Amino acid sequence: MAKSDIQPLEFEKPLLAMESKIEELVTMSKTMNVDLDDEVKRLRAQAKGVKKKLYTNLSAAERLQIARHPQRPNFLEIVKMISPDTWIEFHGDRAGYDDRAIIGGLIELNGQPAMIVGTQKGRGMKENLHHNFGMANPEGYRKALRLFQHAEKFKIPVITVIDTPGAYPGMDGEQHGIGQAIAFNIREMARLRIPVVSLVIGEASSGGALGIGVANHIYMMEYALYTVISPEGCASILWRSADYAAQAAEALKIGAKDLLGFGMIEGIVKEPEGGAHKDPEKAGKAIQKTLLQALETLKNLDGDTLMEQRYEKFRQIGAIQETLA
Amino acid sequence: MSLRDWFAEKRNIKKLDADAVNSKLTDKELGELWIHCFSCGVNITKKEWRTNLRVCPKCNFHFRIGVSDRLEHLLADDTDWFSEIDETMTSANPLDFEDTQKYTDRKKEADKKSGLKDAIVTGVASIGGESLALAIMDFSYMGGSMGSVVGEKITRLTERALTDRLPLVLFSASGGARMQEGTFSLMQMVKTGSVLGKLHEAGLLYISILTEPTFGGVTASYGMLGDIIIAEKGSRIGFAGRRVIEQTIRQKLPADFQTANYLLKYGQVDQVIERSALRSMLIDLIRLHRVASGMEPTPLAPEKGKKQGNGSSPSGKALV
Repeated sequence: MAKSDIQPLEFEKPLLAMESKIEELVTMSKTMNVDLDDEVKRLRAQAKGVKKKLYTNLSAAERLQIARHPQRPNFLEIVKMISPDTWIEFHGDRAGYDDRAIIGGLIELNGQPAMIVGTQKGRGMKENLHHNFGMANPEGYRKALRLFQHAEKFKIPVITVIDTPGAYPGMDGEQHGIGQAIAFNIREMARLRIPVVSLVIGEASSGGALGIGVANHIYMMEYALYTVISPEGCASILWRSADYAAQAAEALKIGAKDLLGFGMIEGIVKEPEGGAHKDPEKAGKAIQKTLLQALETLKNLDGDTLMEQRYEKFRQIGAIQETLA
Repeated sequence: MSLRDWFAEKRNIKKLDADAVNSKLTDKELGELWIHCFSCGVNITKKEWRTNLRVCPKCNFHFRIGVSDRLEHLLADDTDWFSEIDETMTSANPLDFEDTQKYTDRKKEADKKSGLKDAIVTGVASIGGESLALAIMDFSYMGGSMGSVVGEKITRLTERALTDRLPLVLFSASGGARMQEGTFSLMQMVKTGSVLGKLHEAGLLYISILTEPTFGGVTASYGMLGDIIIAEKGSRIGFAGRRVIEQTIRQKLPADFQTANYLLKYGQVDQVIERSALRSMLIDLIRLHRVASGMEPTPLAPEKGKKQGNGSSPSGKALV
């Protein structure tokens, strides 16, 4: 993507204005043959400082905007980057439907086969409608489970890629048991006797994320988020107005660093400054490296150990107090 | 009912109301003696209402009930008992959460209002001669929301069921995951879901009873993982909230959407059952599955803090 095609976010605009001012000065000095080198140098250093400060001190709401950036690399784009030669999609739940919000198939990571399953957000309105904005129905979770079990049968490691605002809140979903589908996936994923690695690339919201999220290792992209409810939803319930979404995002502690601090995830994948969309290829390389390392760590563990390790990881999560008798 | 009876009954209700109005009791005293049915509008004496398991004797409306009422209904025989475990557990407020109010303050209010320490009570019980691990959620504690305590208590109870080879019975009543504990709440879905996987693998019975209301992360984890799933009459059960769905699909939903009978119609639950039939069905289900596997009831002795059954006519005294 050419730099000029990147859609800036609101909070990036002052920085961009500064950068274009510098470019203007450079052109001016050339056309008018004036020496502005010192001035340009000073401004460039200043802009660099501003940029660094901007991206290291992002608020939760600003990180949320990066995680939801319309040009952020989506699941299938990442598949293409990490496995350029192999992508064999497996369709359908074998019970009447092929959900397009959850997609899965076989890839090759440095020559190693892996079953990859992820929620797909589209690029642009048409694609997004096709993929239902990454919001899956029960059938999507049942397809995912079918692929996990296929992987287990052939001892293929599983990678799940999460980017979803949640399961689709629709009428059909309730009729077809969205709650049951997610619950069943959680239970069955916990019992898989193969390595399972999960990567959150954008937003991982609520049970819709967990339906493909029970993994031995969980990684998050630097600007990704993992949350029990969307900040907007939380704000409209607890603050009685979605206008407080920024406060809710802060209070919910949903950033990659927060989750690492809680011991819920194994690592953070560094992103290009300002987000993966600024340099998707670089982001893709970092993702590939992380996934390869994770699979390497889990490769030699037997099925029972993998299952027990995954169980213990989640068993420990909770913050309680007790008075001992 | 003949028309004559119907009028007679109408007169009767009016007369009762008139008695209430003419009595010299204060509103507060009246409120303690009478209860108003939200569904059909009649006034019922608290005593009659309690004897009828908090179900309106006129229209069969099932009132939402909490842990102590539920236990009272389940421990109907003198020989029945319930022995609570992990009764001191409270949340440690992992996010130091504050919205318009501090989480710690909300919890204090909930403690006071409900007389509980969190939205669930767990323990072992003997009901109708059957031993079981029993968990009951309470909607009056922060909307029955599931945080670390609910997740941990269910997990420990399931581990107890595994050790003692007990069937597990869990009454859900919850608006979903507790937002104030963020991802700690969310991950309880995995914790409970995976320990139930162990119970499943061990071949033990899990009966999930969905009561008014059961939603969100509770539905999408232990709520829908029962070998047998029973919905109590009149309960609303779902994953997403009705309003959220209406806003998303931009259409009005049918009146019966997400009711117990709606779920039955779409194959999501095994039975919709009235409160009066619940206890005996539970005993039958546990017994039949036990007999099929050639087992005697696990001998259990009540531990400290045992709550004894109080005979077949509930007295209404608080059990918790």
